[in-house]
Amino acid sequence: MSSQKNIQFSEEAMATVNKIISRYPEGKHKSALLPILHIAQAEFDGWLSPETMDYVASILKIQPVEVYEVASFYSMYNLKPVGKCLLEVCRTSSCWARGADDVVNYIGKKLNIKPGETSKDGMFSLKTVECLGSCGTAPMMQVGASFHENLTPEKIDTILDNYRADGRRRSYTDMDYKNTL
Amino acid sequence: MGKKLLIHNEHVANIHTLEVYKQHGGYASVEKAIKTMTPEAIVEEVKKSGLRGRGGAGFPTGMKWSFLAKPEGVPRYLVCNADESEPGTFKDRYLMEKIPHALVEGMITSSFALGVHTAYIYIRGEYFYVSRILEKAIEEAYAAGLLGKNILGSDYSLDLYVQVGGGAYICGEETALLESLEGKRGNPRIKPPFPAIAGLYGCPTVVNNVETIAAVVPIVMMGGDEYAKIGIGRSTGTKLISASGHINKPGVYEIELGLPVEEFVYSEEYCGGIWKGKKMKACIPGGSSVPIIPAELLLKTAAGEPRLMTYESLSDGGFATGSMLGSGGFMVYDEDTSIPMNLYTLNRFYHHESCGQCSPCREGTGWMEKVAHRLAEGHGKPSDIDLLWDIQKRIEGNTICPLGDAAAWPVASAIRHFRQEFEALIPKKEVAH
Ligand SMILES: Cc1cc2nc3c(=O)[nH]c(=O)nc-3n(C[C@H](O)[C@H](O)[C@H](O)COP(=O)(O)O)c2cc1C
Ligand code: SF4
Ligand code: FES
Repeated sequence: MSSQKNIQFSEEAMATVNKIISRYPEGKHKSALLPILHIAQAEFDGWLSPETMDYVASILKIQPVEVYEVASFYSMYNLKPVGKCLLEVCRTSSCWARGADDVVNYIGKKLNIKPGETSKDGMFSLKTVECLGSCGTAPMMQVGASFHENLTPEKIDTILDNYRADGRRRSYTDMDYKNTL
Repeated sequence: MGKKLLIHNEHVANIHTLEVYKQHGGYASVEKAIKTMTPEAIVEEVKKSGLRGRGGAGFPTGMKWSFLAKPEGVPRYLVCNADESEPGTFKDRYLMEKIPHALVEGMITSSFALGVHTAYIYIRGEYFYVSRILEKAIEEAYAAGLLGKNILGSDYSLDLYVQVGGGAYICGEETALLESLEGKRGNPRIKPPFPAIAGLYGCPTVVNNVETIAAVVPIVMMGGDEYAKIGIGRSTGTKLISASGHINKPGVYEIELGLPVEEFVYSEEYCGGIWKGKKMKACIPGGSSVPIIPAELLLKTAAGEPRLMTYESLSDGGFATGSMLGSGGFMVYDEDTSIPMNLYTLNRFYHHESCGQCSPCREGTGWMEKVAHRLAEGHGKPSDIDLLWDIQKRIEGNTICPLGDAAAWPVASAIRHFRQEFEALIPKKEVAH
């Protein structure tokens, strides 16, 4: 899957996009680019293909290159396909001090993947990231909109089981962000 | 127990709703400001309060506000910096998540003071769920006539929006944030012009941290003079501290500036001491960009005075023996912590986050990551410590934005105070003959 066809926002997503564009002064609609890229990523399989980026450019009436240069600058936009659940484990100082390396190793062994890889069933991808502003509840990871904090091996087991049982793709824009695990 | 002005209601059930927030005195500052004060009078109170920016740099807020250009017919903007990406810092998230109306109220009162009619809260993309909480609060405020046209029946109108970022530490730097808000890469702008003259869309703009804006509420309610009585000297008011690392009780604490550091670390009211009965080895008291200092120097200044949680006391002795209050990201490390490995995590962070515009920062952060890694892993060369020192020296002061300095200081301080630990990791040369 390295290209996508039939890129078109759902009616609901389009309504949100138009609402976001209306937040900015006349002629400053390019300001809406980052939020719209998040919506596009959530709508179109969790990553931004060239086709998706061209589509966003056409909506905002800007050059495709203006979208590419932004999408490649920010770390939350995936320019390659990822699993349904992207497990983003923080490994900066405070998380490192409280066992982030163990979390990465534990998940890696359990799913038989290394950071940057996706499990065979396409369910999980593992990524190491920098401080997510959750240092007081270290170690932690983000999955879509949810923060999972004070991680232990048992907790990780439950979290992954729940995501697998649910089977849905997770994105930052999800409304059910409450971390109930 | 110290005075709390920002999160005193943190444990009230449903304080995130407008109804409960109002029952506890919420939005009184909007009433007071719009109905009984002029914008100039509010700026005056903020000046008198001595409030200093809580984003890290500590610049006096009243002064910043008075620099805002006011040309006729040109809109001006207030932008709240909720990018909070400085490692060790999570207080803004706590405030926004628990008491979102505290920020919304601060935004309205501050916007009125600045004559702003459109304001944005730029929040880091990773806090997407917090943006939902804020949007809900904003919706409630609109419905209650606290936002939108003719607020509380006055002729003052304000629109407030939340904008999410895309994941980039550099967007916390105020000019990079404005670029990002305009839909571009987060490359810091060359200053001057400062945002107060040419900011968002080239218009006069004030950028303030979440906590700074929230602090405007109690300042308007109690008056600047009363606020200034809290704290010590030029460190007035209360401060949110994000405490993390090897302590028993990590979390966000609101302290009165002037609290002894020792009390903060060891009392049950705050950090509750070091975990597992261990000893403290070092601390980064103000977010990853400020110097790391050994425990002895954290608790007492070089002159043997008790160190206090103030801008002045934490930086006493300069970089030779002090550090900085910064963003209040207080990271504590126990006796078993490898300082070189910790430094490597920070070097990796700054390398990852450099926007790449200036070569000393782009190249230097990469080199520092590489050299610190081999030192920490025990493959270093005897010349590596001096090499690290040399690289950080070349970055400091030679870049467009302060990220370069922020990357250099942790390196300099780790070597200054823990050189022996780095040396001990260098493999002993095999006697080859
Ligand atoms: C690399 C870098 C990152 C920064 N990150 C933040 C941040 O996440 N939040 C913040 O409020 N200020 C941050 N700042 C400081 C801002 O540039 C600016 O000084 C601040 O938003 C001003 O608000 P204040 O005066 O209310 O503190 C950062 C500065 C630099 C150089
Ligand atoms: S110092 Fe670093 S982050 Fe700042 S502008 Fe230069 S390259 Fe970019
Ligand atoms: S260091 Fe991991 S969330 Fe801050």
